[in-house]
Amino acid sequence: MTDRFISIEGIARRYPATGGGVTTVFEDLWFSMAKGEFACIIGHSGCGKTTVLNILAGLDAPDDGAVIVDGRAIDGPSLDRAVIFQGHSLLPWRTALGNVAYAVAARHRDWPKAKVTDHALRFIEKVGLKGSEHKKPSELSGGMKQRVGIARALSIEPKIMLMDEPFSALDALTRGTLQDEVRRICLETGQTGFMITHDVDEAIYLADRIVLMTNGPQAMIAEIVENPLPRDRQRTEMHHHPDFYAVRNHLIDFLVARSKTFRDGVPADHDRRRPPVVRPVAGPSPVAGARKVA
Amino acid sequence: MAVSLNLRAMLLSVLIFAAFVAVWHLATQSGAGGAAANIDPEYAKLMGQQVTQGKSPMPGPLDVAQTIWGHLKDPFYNKGPNDKGLGIQLAFSLARVLTGYLLAVLVAVPLGFLIGLSPLMSKALDPFIQVLKPISPLAWMPLALYTIKDSSVSAVFVIFICSVWPMLLNTAFGVSAVRREWVNVARTLEVGPLKRAFTIILPAAAPTILTGMRISIGIAWLVIVAAEMLVGGTGIGYFVWNEWNNLSITNVIVAITVIGVMGMLLDQTLARLQRAVTYPD
Ligand SMILES: Nc1ncnc2c1ncn2[C@@H]1O[C@H](COP(=O)(O)OP(=O)(O)O)[C@@H](O)[C@H]1O
Ligand SMILES: [Mg+2]
Repeated sequence: MTDRFISIEGIARRYPATGGGVTTVFEDLWFSMAKGEFACIIGHSGCGKTTVLNILAGLDAPDDGAVIVDGRAIDGPSLDRAVIFQGHSLLPWRTALGNVAYAVAARHRDWPKAKVTDHALRFIEKVGLKGSEHKKPSELSGGMKQRVGIARALSIEPKIMLMDEPFSALDALTRGTLQDEVRRICLETGQTGFMITHDVDEAIYLADRIVLMTNGPQAMIAEIVENPLPRDRQRTEMHHHPDFYAVRNHLIDFLVARSKTFRDGVPADHDRRRPPVVRPVAGPSPVAGARKVA
Repeated sequence: MAVSLNLRAMLLSVLIFAAFVAVWHLATQSGAGGAAANIDPEYAKLMGQQVTQGKSPMPGPLDVAQTIWGHLKDPFYNKGPNDKGLGIQLAFSLARVLTGYLLAVLVAVPLGFLIGLSPLMSKALDPFIQVLKPISPLAWMPLALYTIKDSSVSAVFVIFICSVWPMLLNTAFGVSAVRREWVNVARTLEVGPLKRAFTIILPAAAPTILTGMRISIGIAWLVIVAAEMLVGGTGIGYFVWNEWNNLSITNVIVAITVIGVMGMLLDQTLARLQRAVTYPD
């Protein structure tokens, strides 16, 4: 069961197209994740990444297929799956503490107010915002707002964290610290993480596996890249690892070229239920240092 | 040179007021100099000393100030149906406005929520709102008098009907414009629809709702004067009409001033509430 903690089974999403007909954003998407695993999904804007994440969150429903989490099909949002939205999505009329406490009170409806506040403060502290808990979002910097968003997601102690380009609006320095923060917390708590990102280095640093999605419409999973870097990698050191550039080049090649052309020449043995798994490593190898696994 | 803008504006306001009073005083002082001679004796009898003594029929600022002072000293006297203190009249008007207005809040805000949340209700109710909204509230008066058969309640109804539209439309707009992501935050936290309405949609839409409420109180205060002129009996509107019939222009001017000040106070109260619920984004 644990190696299929999250199982995306043949989902599709369609919208009515302008001028009749339907547009299929993606269809027949299969992917599963083990408990404690961290996966990133990369692909160009509009290919349907947010839609996949919203389906995982239970905010949107697939037109075909289903998503099974922990043995049960998703039929709506759940406190077990926390979402960090693109853009901070804090409630501007509440303080930082108020935003986190709102989530805590939703999780623990029987807790007295003092206990809720205590719990919320613990998570504010965990993301390094002690002293700013009484500030409104408008008084916080972009990085601080995103930290509150992370604290809010963590405070409900979910089984899964779903993150939609959480750091894309931040400067490089802040992004780096928050990546460290998220990785530390996920490793510490054995959190299962699913993140959308445009940043290849972010994906390599955070993810155990990286899902490559082709351009939409009718997007598909081209392949799944296994991260060859060791689990105890450091953000500031990882580019010295011999395999780093093999993965990085592989991902960039995909984004630059193959994401567009993949669908025109899908390999005959491509199985949508089991997309090819690739583990790019340094050294001579036919496909840009990529070695197909299994 | 560091005199603050506020202070300078205040000084200028005082100057403008002083100039206005001075011009008013001069204009009413001299009046129609030798006009008394060739005046219709009938009219002279009607207007009394104002005309016969060559005094302008228009009261000067001193007369008005004196009358205001008189009213302020004893605002709540009651000498029968046609002679009540200004305070009592004002209280009648306020009571009607507040009753009609609060009833309108009770109807408009929940209904606006429904319209804002449901595209179906929004489309279904739109034609009714479009037709009902432009009707002058006073046009309802005969119908109200006929069905309710009570002039005071009819006035309350007219206030209700005139204050309901801005609140309804603003609430519906505010609710429908609530950012999707805030609602989604609550949904992912498994917050139910009713709790979501109170903890997300209400605070998010509150500034827009308050804008509607502020417009409404302004309109209600405009309409009550006209309504009370129609239904009579009590209230500041009736007072104005009654004093016109008594040809007491001084009292009419006093009433106009009081209506203006009261309207400003009502507006300021709502403005303060609006500031309290507005959040920086
Ligand atoms: N409500 C909607 N109606 C019609 N099309 C939509 C709607 N929501 C999303 N789409 C389409 O679905 C596609 C995928 O959107 P999205 O998941 O946001 O992409 P991504 O997050 O990868 O940039 C886009 O092409 C978008 O136009
Ligand atoms: Mg997106």
